[in-house]
Amino acid sequence: MMLLIEQALNGLQYGMMLFLMAAGLTLVFGVMGLINLAHGALYMVGAFACAAVAGATGSFWLGLAASLAAAAAAGAVVELLVIRRLYARDHLDQVLATFALILVFSEGTRWLFGSFPLYLTLPPLLSGAVTLPGGLQYPLFRLALIGLGAAIAFGLYLLITRTRLGTRIRAGEADREMVAALGVDIARLYTAVFALGAALAGLAGALVGTIQSVQVGMGEPVLILAFVVIVIGGIGSVKGALVGALLVGMTDTLGKAFLPGVLARLIDPSAANTIGSAIASVLIYVLMAGVLIVRPQGLYGERGMA
Amino acid sequence: MTREAALNAALFVALIGTALVAQALGEGFIITLATKAAIFALAGVGLNLVLGYGGLVSFGHAAFFGLGGYATGILASHAMSGVPVATLPFTLNGSTEMLAIWPLAIAASGLAALAIGALSLRTSGVYFIMVTLAFAQMIYYLAISWPAYGGEDGLSFYVRNTFPGLNTFDPIQFFAICAGLLAAALGLVAVLTRSRFGLALRAARQNESRVVAVGIRPYSIRLLAFMLSGMIVGLAGSLYADLNRFVSPAMLSWHMSGEIMVFVILGGVGRLFGPVAGALAYIALEHLLGGVSDYWQALLGLLLLAIVIYAPGGLIGLIAGRRHV
Repeated sequence: MMLLIEQALNGLQYGMMLFLMAAGLTLVFGVMGLINLAHGALYMVGAFACAAVAGATGSFWLGLAASLAAAAAAGAVVELLVIRRLYARDHLDQVLATFALILVFSEGTRWLFGSFPLYLTLPPLLSGAVTLPGGLQYPLFRLALIGLGAAIAFGLYLLITRTRLGTRIRAGEADREMVAALGVDIARLYTAVFALGAALAGLAGALVGTIQSVQVGMGEPVLILAFVVIVIGGIGSVKGALVGALLVGMTDTLGKAFLPGVLARLIDPSAANTIGSAIASVLIYVLMAGVLIVRPQGLYGERGMA
Repeated sequence: MTREAALNAALFVALIGTALVAQALGEGFIITLATKAAIFALAGVGLNLVLGYGGLVSFGHAAFFGLGGYATGILASHAMSGVPVATLPFTLNGSTEMLAIWPLAIAASGLAALAIGALSLRTSGVYFIMVTLAFAQMIYYLAISWPAYGGEDGLSFYVRNTFPGLNTFDPIQFFAICAGLLAAALGLVAVLTRSRFGLALRAARQNESRVVAVGIRPYSIRLLAFMLSGMIVGLAGSLYADLNRFVSPAMLSWHMSGEIMVFVILGGVGRLFGPVAGALAYIALEHLLGGVSDYWQALLGLLLLAIVIYAPGGLIGLIAGRRHV
């Protein structure tokens, strides 16, 4: 039971980090109609900025601020130089150009920082474990990530529904020509949305890098998971991204923790371990396939988008 | 002969010529590079069928490349150990005969393409890109977590498989096999795209509702194209496994999908010889830039960016001019 709660919290924390990635991707797709493979590179930029600044100044918090700033800046620069030429192109050009950006970012980072992983130390304020009701010891930092993820989800909800920028974002999703005709500077709006998505990805990179390690190529597996999240949740929907991220985080974590054990009650334990972990590693893709069969446009996607 | 046809002929002559000149000079390494280019071109020809002619941006073709490779590696390793691959529903023994391996590699990748295609083609546009990518990733993780065939370490099989009448260990003879299959695939795609099926496939890319209006179901046409494409790429994977005598999950990784896509786009999307030009250029760049800097992929990335932004027709488009479709 304890183990179940602990794994559920792990799944929740994983899901929150996936949400930070997926929210940016889905906003960029919803507003600009752009598929951005380089989103994982921005995640990596955030992690490296945090590691470099935290290493130089000794302050994790400065590092975290640097991750937001560096990823947003990298996002804005890339949008101005490359991405904005791609809005009118088809998806094929977008895929290839952003794939090329990944190569540039990865090799550039390897050139600057080398191939060895960097490690971040937790700030004293958030290190250690807390005892939850029921006696479960759980790392405080992971708990903070869950809280932060929930806060950002709520903040994004307020931003999109209550602010002027949010109104423009929603208007841009609905009809970009009309928004431009009404006098909104579409080019600036696009840069802002792209930088916002990049900052969220960079923050996720710094936070996950603190739990795991900071290395070149760290963004790519997360990027593909974020795609799975978006396909499940529905492209362009931030709510869908949240629900999809939590579903994927939970399914993956709980599947890996419990599937081999459950199978071992049914079949030979050593075979159960092999088969169980193999199935657990593909469980989220099975989930995605299931959603595609029932609702090809995703849980919160609009008909006609798919 | 149009300019593009002349260029196509020149490309194929360049591929064969490189290998022959290298053979005369005793440069075995260059022959291996040419072989690699021929195999990559074959994979590109397969992808081009859906990407170029069908307008379906599949980012998951590494799945079929890797499955073709794994089929080859698994059959070869079972032939060596003498244990049958499967005993139910019928006994399937390992093999080191290319002529026996190819059909199985093609069948395995074709079946996977049928299943993945059937699900992915329910979606379109950007969903299709993400879904194909995700399914390929699923097979990648299966290969990593399945320990029987090497898991993360991959699977070596030491001895290159055999082809009747040829010594496959001789680089130039193995090159001849690969170049022959590339030529056959180019011929097949040329015939296919001119057939009723090819016309319907291209029409579905240009205007889906008109295709529906004349009574053709785009879904079936696309699924067939997706399966054929997967089979060609699977064959390329089988040859690639034989070239290295090694298969690993890297063949299934999404970087591989991206690279196959790069061969097609670098050369020219939807042009018969586009993948040949792209694969040749890619291998040449890898070889030349790799000598300049360890970070050659960054240079490759910048070059790709320039091509996408300034020359959307790829290399063939640059030389032969824009095409009138």
